[in-house]
Amino acid sequence: MDLISSLALGFSVALDPINILYCFIGVLLGTLVGVLPGIGPTATIAMLLPITFSLQAETALIMLAGIYYGAQYGGSTTAILINLPGESSAAVTAIDGYQMARKGRAGPALAAAAIGSFFAGSVATLLLAFFAPPLARAALNFGAPEYFSLIVLGLLVSIALAHGSILKALGMIVLGLLLGMVGQDIYTGTPRFTFGVRELFGGLNFVAVAVGVFGVAEILRNLENEKEREVGVTEVKNLWLTRDDIKRVIAPILRGTVIGSVLGVLPGGGHILSAFASYSAEKRLSRTPQEFGHGAIEGVAGPESANNAAAQTSFIPLMTLGIPAHPVMALMIGAFILQGITPGPNVINEQPALFWGIIASMWVGNFLLVVLNLPLVGLWVKMLSIPYRVLFPAIVLFACIGTFSINQNIFDIYAIAFFGILGYLLIRFGCEPAPLLLGFVLGPLLEEHLRRAMIISRGDPMIFLHRPISATLLGLALLAVIVAVLPSIRKKRTEVFVEDD
Amino acid sequence: MALNASRNDLASGAIFVALGGYFALEAMRYEFGTPFRMGPGFMPVVLGGILVALGVAVAAKGTGKPDTEAPAPWPWRGLVLVLGTILFFAATIRGLGFIPVVLISGLATALSSSRNSLLSSLVISVGLCVLCMLIFVIGLGLLVPWIGPWLRF
Repeated sequence: MDLISSLALGFSVALDPINILYCFIGVLLGTLVGVLPGIGPTATIAMLLPITFSLQAETALIMLAGIYYGAQYGGSTTAILINLPGESSAAVTAIDGYQMARKGRAGPALAAAAIGSFFAGSVATLLLAFFAPPLARAALNFGAPEYFSLIVLGLLVSIALAHGSILKALGMIVLGLLLGMVGQDIYTGTPRFTFGVRELFGGLNFVAVAVGVFGVAEILRNLENEKEREVGVTEVKNLWLTRDDIKRVIAPILRGTVIGSVLGVLPGGGHILSAFASYSAEKRLSRTPQEFGHGAIEGVAGPESANNAAAQTSFIPLMTLGIPAHPVMALMIGAFILQGITPGPNVINEQPALFWGIIASMWVGNFLLVVLNLPLVGLWVKMLSIPYRVLFPAIVLFACIGTFSINQNIFDIYAIAFFGILGYLLIRFGCEPAPLLLGFVLGPLLEEHLRRAMIISRGDPMIFLHRPISATLLGLALLAVIVAVLPSIRKKRTEVFVEDD
Repeated sequence: MALNASRNDLASGAIFVALGGYFALEAMRYEFGTPFRMGPGFMPVVLGGILVALGVAVAAKGTGKPDTEAPAPWPWRGLVLVLGTILFFAATIRGLGFIPVVLISGLATALSSSRNSLLSSLVISVGLCVLCMLIFVIGLGLLVPWIGPWLRF
């Protein structure tokens, strides 16, 4: 099937009225959680996973994907208007966007962000459509050793790109891998770390872990110091860009799209990194670098395009290899599995309507987002006045009821409390939760492929180096670690430090 | 007490060592196997050992480098009420039924913020109860008694 007919199939799915409706709900919710600080897409998707259970597979995944890229849009609105990135990747947007808003140019800043995001999102989706099929075909030849090396690469790159201490990030990954091993052993059926509790034989519930570590822990963190948000800009007018503005944003949007598309494929927060990369590129290329930090429109358009492009291309490893690039993608894997589909290279052949439907829905979603965000920006400003004290009881209850509704399993709710406190302590002590979740999802896969590869090679670990693809992947992983510990890069990493959601 | 080390590093190191130690020791009781045919204990023992080592390394890196920022205050009220609510929810959802549990849980979590008064917490919990009923019970058909068997006479 060639690209055109595939896309036609995709659009026939994406333009189904029900799917348009859920795509709209998805991007609406995404914008909402992107706008509201204190709740991010990870916790939201975790809480909504159970709800999507009753939907068609296409509809469910279209909605969840919409939440993710919708949040990238919403995050920029808060960043520009109140200097508070609702979403970690919007931290860069806040630098110049807020300065523009203070000078009364909030309208053009929002417009530049929205247009950049729309353009970048559309182009990156095209890239996804273009590159996913050949990659999936290549992945069909992957055996156990290749998958093992690929997972190792994914885990290690996610550390290199994350901020904060590398040792702690490594520790969080290993802890996540170990937590993923709770439950019956796949080969022998031996129950592991179950305390004799029957509910644990199937492993820890993924939603419970995600909601605990991202939702509850974050609430506890926010209760440490309660502050009310201040909305500095209450009215936004004049959304049009001037001719001069348009001239200034075209090149940054194009460059941001390229940077974001490339970096988005990398595991572990490619969207955050790409926003920073785009910002520093624009600053370096600008003829007026002194304007940056004081309301340069290039500093809004570039990073916003980059993070949106990255949001789309980060679906590539998920849809072609079944390997999540970051926690939100890990949750998407959970969604695939809830629907009875194993994510991986086979999805494109076995479920073409699903695969192309999701891709086509991204264009629909990006279009809806522009409509939602520009004319309705006043509504989102109002949303900012919802106090956190009303919001967080809702998050706790939704987490409990939602998790309970998946399996009607009481034990899963106890797990939320356990991971809430564990996550809170670890975050408080400076460990990031994202690598833990990534490890948790990949742990069982890592063990399965390692054991299978070792059986194939009769116990010879050299198999990972004798197979060329596997050896290349491991080499890249090693390179990622070396690069991460190099002093100059370390300095850069501290510079780009932002609070993750 | 002036501690010449990063409390954060020591604490996170200790958590890693404790959890890694637990996993490794517990996994010793499972069959270890050989590299050719790894048993269920192989990966956990190895990874648990790595986690202990990483924990020690994190703690060692923190010695001599005290944290620059004062630690944030512990949100005791939030810890007790939020975690307590989740445990309460798990323990009583089947017995008390959806409406009473959601009302009480909503009230308790709302109270964990020092900015909520009793009245505003009551309003929040009633509002949430209605919302959750609409979404989960009516909208999604969650099978759970509205009023549980413990409250029936």
